[in-house]
Amino acid sequence: RGGSGGMRCGMRSGSGGMRALALALLLGALRAGGTELTFELPDSDKQCFHQELERGTKFTLDYQVITGGHYDVDCFVEDPNGRTIYKETKKQYDSFPHRTEVQGVYTFCFSNEFSTFSHKTIYFDFQVGDEPPILPDMSNRVTALTQMESACVTIHEALNTVIDSQTHYRLREAQDRSRAEDLNGRVSYWSVGETLILFVVSIGQVMLLKSFFTEKRPGSGGAST
Amino acid sequence: MAGGREVRAVLVALVLLAWSAHGLYFHIGETEKRCFIEEIPDETMVIGNYRTQLWDKQSESFLPSTPGLGMHVEVKDPDGKVVLSRQYGSEGRFTFTSHTPGEHQICLHSNSTRMALFAGGKLRVHLDIQVGEHTNNYPEIAAKDKLTELQLRARQLLDQVEQIQKEQNYQRVRRRRRKAPGRYREERFRMTSESTNQRVLWWSIAQTIILILTGIWQMRHLKSFFEAKKLV
Repeated sequence: RGGSGGMRCGMRSGSGGMRALALALLLGALRAGGTELTFELPDSDKQCFHQELERGTKFTLDYQVITGGHYDVDCFVEDPNGRTIYKETKKQYDSFPHRTEVQGVYTFCFSNEFSTFSHKTIYFDFQVGDEPPILPDMSNRVTALTQMESACVTIHEALNTVIDSQTHYRLREAQDRSRAEDLNGRVSYWSVGETLILFVVSIGQVMLLKSFFTEKRPGSGGAST
Repeated sequence: MAGGREVRAVLVALVLLAWSAHGLYFHIGETEKRCFIEEIPDETMVIGNYRTQLWDKQSESFLPSTPGLGMHVEVKDPDGKVVLSRQYGSEGRFTFTSHTPGEHQICLHSNSTRMALFAGGKLRVHLDIQVGEHTNNYPEIAAKDKLTELQLRARQLLDQVEQIQKEQNYQRVRRRRRKAPGRYREERFRMTSESTNQRVLWWSIAQTIILILTGIWQMRHLKSFFEAKKLV
């Protein structure tokens, strides 16, 4: 990477304090490496996302279908060698944790190719690695955490769980709402359709019966159906 | 101070370099528009970072950076009103704060004409969207407010709890509010379910009545028909 070499030359001219601050900002920019996105997948379409990962990194892919059709989607994950490490068809939601063995670009795709006219809204959460410490110089720490600090860490992790639950419930609610609206629509169409069929069938039956008796004239009289 | 500016430039470059090495990316076509939905409570800040790379047919790879490429970012609020509609360069950062709770739609599309020249027409977009509490940069806050580690941790916990509260209020308001029917999702959800129930009930009764009446009409019509034909 020639570009970064040139940048490092510029750094050497600054003071050591500046370099530390640069490192701090650099590490601060390295968030827990998580992306969560919600997107719409049109019918008969496939959308893929890629991420470059180091070897030995732990990642988790969670996905959920929020609206559309039968609320299912195909999903597969490939490693840099093209090998499929996860493949599921017509799943509503799933969670896939994995520890990478190869360094390179990992791909995960969502496919709606089995559906001809329903487009789906899909939510996915791709979390990479562990959360970095809150202050960048903590990796050089020599003492253990005090009780207050470890209490804070515990509370932080618990709150992360709460936030994840909230997201999960929000998505479920969106899905249920979508199902309810579908149901409502279906009931309307079915009712109107059935009433029409009822009229058509009853009038048709009468017409048909009448036609039996008008064309043929049974001499003995008393033709029954 | 010339030295300070140079260092700041270096820092910004390093931050961008570090971030870009870890981003999720996807490919879009020339005029393709990609939209992402974010369902958020009100007064929540959303920061999006993106970086684009253009496919080079000659070297059969993606160029590291392509100046001159533009991406148009459009953000719509739950009522369909456009909150943000701006053109950014090949690398950009967009920020908006929601004023209405609900589903916001973030759409990106490339409007560069240069892509038409390259037959490949493929664009790689690195994207990162952070919402609410995740937009806070804690080392920066520590430096600005001069907080100790413990104070910073407490601050982080406070931000998280605030986000949880906002989300809960959003959910609760959706359930209880009656003043604006159809505006808050949960209210509409309840109305939808109740309307379905009512419809099923009324249609069942109506159809039973129609069935009985049709049956009676059929019998009478046929009876008079047979009487006319002197069969009965």
